[in-house]
Amino acid sequence: MKYDRVLIRYGEMSTKGRNRSKFTNKMKTNIKRLLKDDRIQVEAQRDRMFLYLNGASFDDVKEKLMHVSGIQSFSPVVKTTQDLDEMKEAALSLVEKAMNGKPASFKVNTRRADKQFPLDTHELNHEIGGHVLRETNDLTVDVRHPDFILTVEVRAEAVYLSSETIPGAGGMPAGAAGKAILLLSGGLDSPVAGYMMMKRGVEIEAVHFFSPPYTSDRAKQKVIDLANVLTTYGGNVRLHIVPFTHIQETIHKQVPENYTMTSTRRIMMRIADRIREQTGALAIVTGESLGQVASQTMESMAAINDVTNTPVLRPLIATDKLDIMNIARKIGTHDISILPFEDCCTIFTPAAPKTKPKTEKVQFFESFLDFDPLIDEAVRSTETILLPNNESEMDDLL
Amino acid sequence: MIYFDNSATTMPDQSVLDTFIKASTRFFANPSSLHYPGMEAERFLEKARGQIAALCRVSAQEIIFTSGGTESNNLAIKGAAHFYKSRGQHIVTTAIEHPSVFEACRDLEKEGFQVTYVKPKANGVIDIADIKRAMTNETILVSVMHVNNETGAVQPIEGIGQMLQHYPQTLFHVDAVQGFGKVPLDLNKSGIHLMSVSGHKLHGLNGTGFLYKQSNVQLAPLLSGGGQESGFRSGTEHTAGAASLAKAARLVMETNMDPVKRITRWIYDELAARSNIVIHTPIGEAAPHILNVSLPGIKGEVLVHALEQEGIIVSTTSACSSKQTKPSRTLQLMNVNSDLAASAIRISLSSRNTLQEAEQFIEALDRITPALAKKRNERT
Repeated sequence: MKYDRVLIRYGEMSTKGRNRSKFTNKMKTNIKRLLKDDRIQVEAQRDRMFLYLNGASFDDVKEKLMHVSGIQSFSPVVKTTQDLDEMKEAALSLVEKAMNGKPASFKVNTRRADKQFPLDTHELNHEIGGHVLRETNDLTVDVRHPDFILTVEVRAEAVYLSSETIPGAGGMPAGAAGKAILLLSGGLDSPVAGYMMMKRGVEIEAVHFFSPPYTSDRAKQKVIDLANVLTTYGGNVRLHIVPFTHIQETIHKQVPENYTMTSTRRIMMRIADRIREQTGALAIVTGESLGQVASQTMESMAAINDVTNTPVLRPLIATDKLDIMNIARKIGTHDISILPFEDCCTIFTPAAPKTKPKTEKVQFFESFLDFDPLIDEAVRSTETILLPNNESEMDDLL
Repeated sequence: MIYFDNSATTMPDQSVLDTFIKASTRFFANPSSLHYPGMEAERFLEKARGQIAALCRVSAQEIIFTSGGTESNNLAIKGAAHFYKSRGQHIVTTAIEHPSVFEACRDLEKEGFQVTYVKPKANGVIDIADIKRAMTNETILVSVMHVNNETGAVQPIEGIGQMLQHYPQTLFHVDAVQGFGKVPLDLNKSGIHLMSVSGHKLHGLNGTGFLYKQSNVQLAPLLSGGGQESGFRSGTEHTAGAASLAKAARLVMETNMDPVKRITRWIYDELAARSNIVIHTPIGEAAPHILNVSLPGIKGEVLVHALEQEGIIVSTTSACSSKQTKPSRTLQLMNVNSDLAASAIRISLSSRNTLQEAEQFIEALDRITPALAKKRNERT
């Protein structure tokens, strides 16, 4: 059975008023960019979107659509003529596909947009439902709580049938809600935090702190890979890689050991804020989860947040580690995150970092040295990679 | 030159060669190295692997790059036999396999394995019931080719795979060297655990190939070394080769085989209309690109050379055995007598061939055969 088009239903977007077209256009662009198939046409309507497959395989499209934020659900649709036998035949094969060899209940939902069609909706339901019931075993009708609904839409030009509804990622289309800076470490939490924000329509620019030669190119590649995974949820991701070795060594010399972690985070936040300014982002996103490590106590967060007035968004603040790991698995960042490469945080970690640092103290320790030139230097030497990245060079060769 | 020997090897596609050259220049570093160029090469290699996996609708870790069909077949058969020998020591294969399967099984027999070689029906197609009959409680592996390299007969892989669902202890290997990209084969539906593919049959390069290995299947590797390819195939990764293979595989999958099928069918109809020609290929059950025919009274070798003088390249049976003087094993198993088998030639097309070339071939054949047949008659 060949699918002709895909019907996409909007999620929360459909509750929007005058801004809706902005959201739908954004989603249309995201879908086109992700599918990378010239055959497929996308038509955004007020309350739903159609993909015209034009010969492209639905299975390929399905995998990708499941990741697109803003989609509530989608259904592959078969097109037939207004010939009743042809409709019945298509209905039967759709039902068999939906049942997948298991007993199920269903109902038929017919919309007759073409009022010239000789049968009314009731008669159509009866004709098609009756045919399907006769030709299958273990199928029952349940109009209240069916396992699946066979929808039949009779239009003047053709008839569209569908039996399968695949849940989408939900949320809002990526890029529809402004831009934020994500602190991306290479661990489990930060990619999940980025994903959560992207799901709410936020465009992400990621910042990673890189400390060669203490950390290897593999650690850097790991972060590039993570950011690349995030791009599959809609929208490009720019990744800023900040050389951090000099600053870390300086902090190590300047600040008492139990405060180095707090101080390091404060400088990272200052650098992220500078990059935020440059890129026009409005907020900073972190993967912090309350109490997970020393830097994520309420006291630590207060001491670190002291360096900026920019909103610092912490989507995982009240999420348990196991739940974070589950999301990481689902979105495909887990296996990359657990690769054992040292990152800049693990190498300079003091044996006993302060879990309740005092803001005045860390300010005092830092007051002996002007960090601004170091921060300027780090921001100036930052390498920016646009993702999905030199993939295109590799893709061209393959 | 009219090249009709594509089952022996195909001419590499220019864009595949371009990929090979660019990849060798740009991603030459050792993918196992820690530095950035090494990582880039690794990433590129993994992209190539991912692309092949996507084309086969399997996951990337299930693709093992090898040096070609022979190595893939050896790795699959010996690797599986050695790893699972504690389960049983019986293997079922067919009597019409390529030598890289046949001889691998012979080697295993020397080690004490029992091998049953199932014979084809007279049309060169294996009967599923015959495979089933050969199965024992000891059978750990069934190896059946997808498309026969000599006759083009397509074997009932999906049916065999479904029959083997009742034998959970038995692995199913398919030599898909001749069929890949030409005859559709659904890996998942066919219950295939192992599948061999070679690059140079797909307008790719010699020395490239892969083995699909379902992720929960284990193999004893043939080569000891650095443990590349997840330990299944040691040896520094052939990054550019893998990339060229991924490209060739993509191109062959995107190629519409209908035109080739039509040309083959046209040649078939022409040949079938001639009373002096015997066709061995079961056209209704054959791949779209191979025809095997005999001109009784004319030795295959003589006809190959005579056509060559006309600028038309065909072969006697398979390239691997054409230098031996023995007539084709496959044809003899199809009850073709040895004189007729000795006069067989194989015409194998690719998507590059045109109907015009086919017309020239028929025209040349008609022109040269009377003289050849006459010579033969004079001698006898």
